[in-house]
Amino acid sequence: MTNPATTPAATSTGDPLLKLEDVRKLFPVHSSSLTNRDRDFVHAVDGVDLEVRPGETLGLVGETGCGKSTLARCIARLYDVTSGKITFDGRDVTNLSRKQMRPIRREVQMIFQDPYGSLNPRRRVGSIIGDPFSIHGIGSRQERKRRVQELMEVVGLNPEHYNRFPAEFSGGQRQRIGVARALALRPKMLICDEPVSALDVSIQAQVINLLLDLQSEFGLTYVFISHDLSVVRHVSDRVAVMYLGKVVETADVDELFETTRHPYTKSLLSALPVPDPDIADSRQRIILAGDVPSPIKPPSGCRFHTRCPKARPDCVKVVPPLEPVLGDPQTHRAACLHPLEVGEDMSRSTPQIDDTETVVQLREEGAK
Amino acid sequence: MSLLEVKNLRVSFNTPDGVVNAVRGLSFELNKGKTLAIVGESGSGKSVSTQTITGLTRGAKVTGEAYFDGVDLLTADASYLRKVRGSQIGMIFQDPLSSLHPYYRVGWQIVEMIRAHESVSKQAARDRAIELLNLVGIPRADTRIDDFPHQFSGGMRQRVMIAMAMSLSPSLLIADEPTTALDVTVQAQVLGVMRTMQEQFGTAIILITHDLGVVAQMTDDVVVMYAGAAMETASRREIFYNQHHPYTEGLLQSLPTQGETSRLTPISGTPPSLISLPPGCPFEPRCRYAFDKCREETPPLREVFADPDHHSACWLSTDQDERVRVREESYARDEATA
Amino acid sequence: MNADNPKAETLREDVEHAERVPTTGESAGARTVAAVPAKKIEGRSPWALAWDRLRRDKVAMISLLIIVLIALMAIFAPVFTAWTGHPPNEQYHSTGLTLNGLPKPPSSTFYLGTDDLGRDVLVRIAYGARISLLVGVVATLITVAIGVVVGLAAGFLGGLVDTALARLIDVVLSVPFLLVAIALVSITGPSLTVTILVIGFFSWASVARIVRGQVLSLREREFVEAARSLGAGSSRIMFVDILPNVLAQVIVYTTLLIPVVIVVQATLSFLGLGLPPPTADWGGMISEGQAYYRVAWWFVLFPSVALVITTLAFNLFGDGVRDAFDPRTDQLLNK
Repeated sequence: MTNPATTPAATSTGDPLLKLEDVRKLFPVHSSSLTNRDRDFVHAVDGVDLEVRPGETLGLVGETGCGKSTLARCIARLYDVTSGKITFDGRDVTNLSRKQMRPIRREVQMIFQDPYGSLNPRRRVGSIIGDPFSIHGIGSRQERKRRVQELMEVVGLNPEHYNRFPAEFSGGQRQRIGVARALALRPKMLICDEPVSALDVSIQAQVINLLLDLQSEFGLTYVFISHDLSVVRHVSDRVAVMYLGKVVETADVDELFETTRHPYTKSLLSALPVPDPDIADSRQRIILAGDVPSPIKPPSGCRFHTRCPKARPDCVKVVPPLEPVLGDPQTHRAACLHPLEVGEDMSRSTPQIDDTETVVQLREEGAK
Repeated sequence: MSLLEVKNLRVSFNTPDGVVNAVRGLSFELNKGKTLAIVGESGSGKSVSTQTITGLTRGAKVTGEAYFDGVDLLTADASYLRKVRGSQIGMIFQDPLSSLHPYYRVGWQIVEMIRAHESVSKQAARDRAIELLNLVGIPRADTRIDDFPHQFSGGMRQRVMIAMAMSLSPSLLIADEPTTALDVTVQAQVLGVMRTMQEQFGTAIILITHDLGVVAQMTDDVVVMYAGAAMETASRREIFYNQHHPYTEGLLQSLPTQGETSRLTPISGTPPSLISLPPGCPFEPRCRYAFDKCREETPPLREVFADPDHHSACWLSTDQDERVRVREESYARDEATA
Repeated sequence: MNADNPKAETLREDVEHAERVPTTGESAGARTVAAVPAKKIEGRSPWALAWDRLRRDKVAMISLLIIVLIALMAIFAPVFTAWTGHPPNEQYHSTGLTLNGLPKPPSSTFYLGTDDLGRDVLVRIAYGARISLLVGVVATLITVAIGVVVGLAAGFLGGLVDTALARLIDVVLSVPFLLVAIALVSITGPSLTVTILVIGFFSWASVARIVRGQVLSLREREFVEAARSLGAGSSRIMFVDILPNVLAQVIVYTTLLIPVVIVVQATLSFLGLGLPPPTADWGGMISEGQAYYRVAWWFVLFPSVALVITTLAFNLFGDGVRDAFDPRTDQLLNK
């Protein structure tokens, strides 16, 4: 974030707080056959390498089904990863048991998308926010109550509403409750899974400001997941763009928006509705064809080739590595064989792959 | 003459907790072939108002007038409304899956829709359906017409819904948050399809949305709603570049702007209860400019900036220069205290 | 969440309207508003809200009143004996039977007439209420207790446990209840305990099935995920997070199950599998009375009326409870 207190930490070349190496998460698909032999899998997260440095905000963007929420749950160890390695604060946490995870849970907390669903409707707000204390056996009853009320104050809730129920709060206030609960154990890292997507615009801004304030106050590290590029751009230091379970481009936020390399990132940016009539009327819009393919049988080669305006025959066969392209710095990586030059007009490109070739490839994949 | 003219529409619901005044005196006009956006947050009454006009709200107390092609829809009988819906007013909703029947093939549903309103042969209706599906950009429409709704993706379903809504070339399309459930790349496709259809059929569109980005790229005119009433009505450019009402201003200020990474400027507080509204202006408790009169008297929607197409329900000066000055002073004070 | 849902919106906005507190997270433009007035801030629990709704439901309240009256009648059954001077099992051969040995119609001595043995029908109905309510409540509680535990375990633990329990539920549900009950009672002989156990054993499965379904959906909710991410263990999640959310459903089901059990008990008695004579119970009275319906309509009518009123009251009350926990207007508006 641009906050002066945290920026130095973000740019310093210390050890990353969180490191993901080739993380994969496959979900078995219930198939009608009784044998497990030809079982299909949803490739929700398929080989993700990421680093998050202390004090920074990593924005994770992508469309439905790109695996960003699954990845968040893998980091929070709500899901066990299928393969790969997750290192948090120097410790390998990939395969820790629930008991071994307990101390680490204090350090990594999560804020959920749905301010209605993420709070137990039958419990009082005070006890919900106090959950982390009671689960980890911290403090006496009195002590807990005091700390819960402090937390409520911190996130901008009236501490006197301690005994109320979630239904008595609005969406924005409920999201504050979720934030207070996540903050209770003074974590180092917060994973925010679409924290403002369910909120109205005017309330969205309140919650984003709160998250920014808390970050500078407590020196928090954020993994901020959203499908809304304008929100991600606003809060992030670095951004990773995901498509069908893979990171296709990652860079410092301004670099990503100004020197976009991956055609998918470019199309996302282009499709984003800008609340400014002049820009909306004048800009070139790249409208992608079709939908995101099924993550059960992802396309061969570059997964974006089925929709990419710049697709070439090699895109169908070769899986592009995530690496700096066209002389970009190490911090800017794109997984693309034909990356965009600065100022290149992608709307003039047409895919140069034979449709039938794609289909054949897919069939072969399916037959395997 | 305008295609749709809504005058002083009021809708209220009786609930165990009291009377909910969902729409409180809404008026607007829409001309043929134009697009009008109704913008507002949850509970602003934007969906309820169009649902009421098309006779889809049940158990509500409704007053006012809504002339569509010269007929008041609010007093029209149910059979007339049924005829109008579909043939002259097409509708699409946020969740296409809930408006498509899951157990019938989409083609069958479109064909039935056409044949319910027009006496054409099954084959002719089917040909028309295929043509429509082609138009909305469904690949291999001639085979996909026999698919079931669940075999389409979200974006494709919304296209099917548009095809169905347009099947009788209505003069008005009501799109209630049509792209809210869709990803941005798909949203761009669907909005594109809506535009194409508008050009093709000369359809007027009422676009209900909370997304100001969509408004900026899609509409001619805008109605900004808050707590069941119109706060400001104006052309798109006026709303974005020369807004009068503090709520409109607040909404635009809340948005993260490109290249700007400082704190955002949200509207403080939360919307009022529709059961017990403040006595004066409904936005007064959250308004940065509020003064005594705002607390006592509800401002009417009045012409501002000497522009006959620009109306605002706010007691602030209707003079443009004065309004700008008030605004700049207020933000300068913020800067000073911060 | 529907964007324009007037009901739900107002329900929560209502609260905020009264509170409007300045918050640190809000913009610099936030106006400072005086803090909350000195009223006590105690959230109204979903239970309190449901009770409020229930209290405003006239039918449910009248039903509840009737249930209370019937319960009082059962508890104070001896008062009826004192009032009429007729113990429940006393046979009045001379005053309570006609010269032909038939039951006597309602009169100033026997307010609701007598039965075939010259016993006071009114007093026996009062005593019979004891059996009906006792079996209704106790058997239902056993049923619900087993059902909740099994349903929770199956739904929450999943895997093999779930498969095993789900199959067990299916098996119990497919056993022909009445046949087994008849066979069982013919072996053990009729008694109150057997009746209760039989009913309890055969009814828990449907409760378990409902609870399991609920738990399966609750388990996927974000607040459970949130608890997990905080490091909560399974038992904590099960009892602190999931159980309270199942409880409303269970309470509704319980109030609707009681009348069913009362009817089942009466049915068993009617078939002669209830309680050994001379204990007064409604099913038994109806069974005995039906033979005399041509000559002594009161003998079969009044116990039947008592049974119908009781079950109806429970059913209507149960409906009220269900509506109170899950107002249909909400569902309607939430689509």
